Amino acid sequence: MELIYALAIGVLTGSGVWLLLRPRTFQVIIGLSLLSYAVNLFIFGMGRLTPGRAPIVGSVAAANAALYADPLPQALVLTAIVIGFATTALFLVVLLASRGLTGTDHVDGQESES
Amino acid sequence: MSGWLAHLPLFPILLPLVGGAAMLLLSDSRRAARSLIGLGVTLAQLVVALALLALAGGQLPGVAGDTIAVYRLSGWNAPVGIVLVADRLAAIMLTLTALLALASLVYGMARWDRMGAHYKPLFQFLLMGVNGAFLTGDLFNLFVFVEVLLAASYGLLLHGSGAPRVKAGLHYLVINLLASLLFLIGVALIYGIAGTLNMADLALRLPALSADERVLFETGAAILGVAFLVKAGIWPLNFWLPGAYGAAAAPVAALFSILTKVGVYALLRLGSLLGAVAAPAPFGGIWLFGIGLVTLFFGCAGMLSAQQPQRMTAYCVIVSAGTLLATLGLGGATLAGPALFYLGSSVLATSAFFMLAEMIERSRAFGANVLAVSFESFAVDDPFDPERPDEVVGIVIPAAMAFLGLGFVSCALLVSGLPPLSGFVAKFSILAAALAEPATAMWQASLLLLAILGSGLVGVVALARMGMRIFWSSDARMAPRLRLIEAGPVAFLIAICVGLTVGAGPVAAYLDAAGQSLATPQAYIDAVLTVPAKMSALGGSR
Repeated sequence: MELIYALAIGVLTGSGVWLLLRPRTFQVIIGLSLLSYAVNLFIFGMGRLTPGRAPIVGSVAAANAALYADPLPQALVLTAIVIGFATTALFLVVLLASRGLTGTDHVDGQESES
Repeated sequence: MSGWLAHLPLFPILLPLVGGAAMLLLSDSRRAARSLIGLGVTLAQLVVALALLALAGGQLPGVAGDTIAVYRLSGWNAPVGIVLVADRLAAIMLTLTALLALASLVYGMARWDRMGAHYKPLFQFLLMGVNGAFLTGDLFNLFVFVEVLLAASYGLLLHGSGAPRVKAGLHYLVINLLASLLFLIGVALIYGIAGTLNMADLALRLPALSADERVLFETGAAILGVAFLVKAGIWPLNFWLPGAYGAAAAPVAALFSILTKVGVYALLRLGSLLGAVAAPAPFGGIWLFGIGLVTLFFGCAGMLSAQQPQRMTAYCVIVSAGTLLATLGLGGATLAGPALFYLGSSVLATSAFFMLAEMIERSRAFGANVLAVSFESFAVDDPFDPERPDEVVGIVIPAAMAFLGLGFVSCALLVSGLPPLSGFVAKFSILAAALAEPATAMWQASLLLLAILGSGLVGVVALARMGMRIFWSSDARMAPRLRLIEAGPVAFLIAICVGLTVGAGPVAAYLDAAGQSLATPQAYIDAVLTVPAKMSALGGSR
């Protein structure tokens, strides 16, 4: 499972970086989204992959850390998702404003001369 | 330490949050009420910052010795709970922020706050993020506060709209989103290895790491460091900076000059805490020294090539960042104090310069055209229309051109580090400390000497050329009408620099003590991690 997980992060990051380097604003925003998915998965993975375990210590079991999933990365991921969502939405607004003001969807506001 | 003093570190975050939220409840048209709230909240922040400064320096009556004020949110203790820590360094940065905020807030009231919606609430939220980043004691909250300040800064950068701003804003947004992602990767890696995000706890756990874990930790720290370096505006991660700062509205750019210093602060803080057990690469040493010098060179080249005053000031910010990082890269406890002095002086100078540059641009016919275009695109009425309501507001100062000239000369002296102003004191004390510090190699100190003196020379050449073109050329230009609330903030910032020069002794002593406390982080670690004997319901102190 670790291998698949790592591969998924790698594919998302690779695609994200490639899209980020493209000249169209829409490609850039998709690239940023893919990158943020990859990062969120990465944070989650940093708490170690523990399938089928609760992140909250129950009252019955002894406080044995091995029986539980690490709750902190889950909290971090939640925060990161919220912040990433908000900033991506903001980027979308700027993207539209740029499109409206310059009449092109090139990131530099003008077509490159090639 | 008890009573209200214990709650003091919370106020720099709480005040702008409450103030900004209150402004949002008022409609945008109730300008006077909003201005009043903004002014009151910012003044209160200045008072709190000064109180923290006195507290951290042990100069408050009734508190003995240096105090590191630790605020435990909801009374949870450090490694588990979230703490706010106000030591000397944090208090210095808070005071600087509050001073800049006051100046640019007043400046913005003259006309800029009418060029778009929600300027004042965003301004307060930016302050909240900056203050929080300076105060927080753990890495993840550092991320959160940096995001708060970035989110507000995106809005402020676009304030006034217009194609150049939107273009610069687009680039700024992408770069900073990417830097935030790097920040997250670094934080996650560090958590995965060390199992903690509290910076003090992290410093304690580092020595226990095995060699393998250590490699991963260093990787995480390096990625984190890259994120900080992007924020600090270090070459080759700073190509966004001249565009963004050059295009921003003047009071916004003036406030932004503290934003790059958030990155420098984070590097300093983490470098200090992790430095006890050999700092990872980006936080010190020859590496930082090298890119600091290259940044300095890049900034100098930019200053020479810049055509507009505001863009040139953006390059001044880069020069300042380069000088700072080169100095900090040399290491040594004696260098941190002078570097902080330089930080304060250069931030105040570039901030004043941004406002001045805008006023100067106004006197040029072509600058006015650009401004008019951006006004038009936001459907704001013409700023030069005599029937505009704000034309009657405020007192117009006499001899505007003379004031602009005097201000320009002062800023030029400050930026290039010539006597008699504080820029000279700062650069001189950096060089004196670098040459006297036994830990630094002679060639490094000499290189720094050459670079700093060279950058001063380039600064003089570039600024003198700019000054001649602005003030002595025979181009047709109209004498601008400056209002007291526009000229006042610039005079205020320059007056603080004069104050820094006159009171250089006590100020340098305070900053040196801050530098020393960075070299011995044990006091910080103890203050954060010690569980107070008597837990009160709300926070506590050492």
